[in-house]
Amino acid sequence: MTTRVEQALPPRRRDLAPILLVPLVALAALPLVGSLSTWVTLTLAGLAMGMIIFIIASGLTLVFGLMDVLNFGHGAFISIGAYTAAVLAPSLSGLIRADSLALNLIALLALIALAMAVTGVLGYAFERIIIMPVYRQHLKQILVTIGGLIVAEQIIIAVFGPVLIVLPLPTAFRGSLVFGDIAIERYRLIAVVVGLVIFAAMVLILDRTRIGLLIRAGVENGEMVEALGYHIRRLFAGVFIAGSALAGLGGVMWGFYREALTPGMGMDVMVLVFIVVVIGGLGSVGGCFIGSLLVAVVANYTGFLAPKLALGSNILLMALILLWRSRGLYPVAKR
Amino acid sequence: MSILRAILSGDPPRGRPLALVLTAIFVGLAFAPLLFPGIGALNVAAKICYFVVLAASYDLLLGYTGVVSFAHTMFFGIGGYGAGLALYDLGPSWSSILIGTGAALLVAIALALVIGLFSLRVRAIFFAMITLAVANAFSILASQLSSFTGGEDGCTFRLPELLRPGFRLVAGPFAISGRLISYYLVFFAALILFLLMLRIVNSPFGRVLQAIRENEFRAEALGYRTMVYRSIGNCLAAAAAALAGVLSALWLRYTGPAVTLSFDIMLDILLMVVIGGMGTLYGAVIGATIFVLAETYLQSLMAALNHATEGLPLLPLLFHPDRWLLWLGVLFVLSVYFFPAGIVGGLQKRR
Repeated sequence: MTTRVEQALPPRRRDLAPILLVPLVALAALPLVGSLSTWVTLTLAGLAMGMIIFIIASGLTLVFGLMDVLNFGHGAFISIGAYTAAVLAPSLSGLIRADSLALNLIALLALIALAMAVTGVLGYAFERIIIMPVYRQHLKQILVTIGGLIVAEQIIIAVFGPVLIVLPLPTAFRGSLVFGDIAIERYRLIAVVVGLVIFAAMVLILDRTRIGLLIRAGVENGEMVEALGYHIRRLFAGVFIAGSALAGLGGVMWGFYREALTPGMGMDVMVLVFIVVVIGGLGSVGGCFIGSLLVAVVANYTGFLAPKLALGSNILLMALILLWRSRGLYPVAKR
Repeated sequence: MSILRAILSGDPPRGRPLALVLTAIFVGLAFAPLLFPGIGALNVAAKICYFVVLAASYDLLLGYTGVVSFAHTMFFGIGGYGAGLALYDLGPSWSSILIGTGAALLVAIALALVIGLFSLRVRAIFFAMITLAVANAFSILASQLSSFTGGEDGCTFRLPELLRPGFRLVAGPFAISGRLISYYLVFFAALILFLLMLRIVNSPFGRVLQAIRENEFRAEALGYRTMVYRSIGNCLAAAAAALAGVLSALWLRYTGPAVTLSFDIMLDILLMVVIGGMGTLYGAVIGATIFVLAETYLQSLMAALNHATEGLPLLPLLFHPDRWLLWLGVLFVLSVYFFPAGIVGGLQKRR
């Protein structure tokens, strides 16, 4: 055999069209919006909003892409993350109220770490108790995780009451930065940083580390990976914990963005998450990223240009994308 | 007996306990005004009637076609708004009910077809997510278009003379009021719709749906166009849900987002079908009956438990009368695992 392996494998084809979609939409909106500074403000705010949506949605698409589990209970972890932050925030009130970016950031990071720990542990329990018996059965997965969502939401109501809980934004995150005519909220900038870090970490871990390699191999052929001596169930439990922790992180970011928590907040935002994930291609991290940005930017433009349409802009966008690519922007090849 | 078999489309309830329970429900509903006097009880009976239709139509999707939809309340709402707005805008007459129902059916079927074309051709899991998104957008739309739909407050309307509570067909001690006529209108319409759905699932068409549910690939290999069958099943379920919505509007004399479109009702339907038993329409009857009764009467039981556990940590909170959905949620998860055939499955086995 003279052919070398490297030649036998064709290089992975890069699919750039979806990546160009966001800049193209932004450029198309420029003449419609008219004023350059308004356009920049809208675009930046939209991109930042997209980052928050991505943080919330990333866990769901990760779990689906790698474990083939559609977790409707994701919404519950979002709520739990936000409520954990709200419960712990008063004990950090010194750091949160201080008018110093550094102290505020420490408080935010501490809250995020604690919320992720709580949702991660709960996610482990959820995977063991709720999801384990229904692997590879989509219909039952949807039903059982919906049941878990109902129970979790009711427990939140039982513990915290059905009322609105306030989660005040740290002092230094308030207000906007203004450059001439362009304004951007400070908190959105922080969301951008967090979102980029998450995205980079997910891509790097999956593409460049041994764990990521094993997980991807497990998706391709679980039995073979087990035969090589790796515990695939342990790997997948780890993926689910990561997905739940990401939901918790998303919950903290979303809670601070809204500054008010309701027991149903997780379920409410799930609609947006599903739209994003369907647009991006179920299970694709990159698709989810582009889908989030696209949805947020388009929502911002339509909100400015035709407020009456803004309501349906998400659905309309989803329909258009599905007409173009019926499985979303980046379909996960196997399924 | 053979007439009864024919009415039930050759699919009578299997097993004596199940037949007894179903007969009890039927008799209870048919003679509800005599057996359970009082406005409250009649409200519960009527609610059971139209929720039986709604749950059964959802079972067409979940149990027979094997897809999870979250847009079923949207179709229910289209029916409710169709009849309600027609009665409100065109005046309280029978023709407005007909026009409203016809329009609602058209809208529901067209919308079901479009959603199906977008999502059913790819995979069932898309369908769940897309229906959730569309239903959410629809309910926001209904509350936003307040000049047309009455917004969050909904819309109260008047019924034709015959159905008004004040109307008396026969006066005296055995009065036949408009309310009684309304009840029997709802009851018989629900009965006919239910038998019609039973006919559909036992037809060759229904068998193909079940074949697709069991093994889509094999059904396709046998030459059935699975996409076409699923779309038709989806449209039929949507139409039946819209008719259930019309019945609810006629009984409540009101339509609004809270009673038709809310996601809570969607979860209620899901609980009814799964707890009653998926894949058998009799499960929908039992599920809807139990659920509506639980919603009405479980709360007082829980109030008692709440009282009894006073002083203990957390337990009183969990037994608070408003937390009944928590326990039904737990029951729901348990039944998906351990009794996928639901209550009906349990009753059938004990033969």
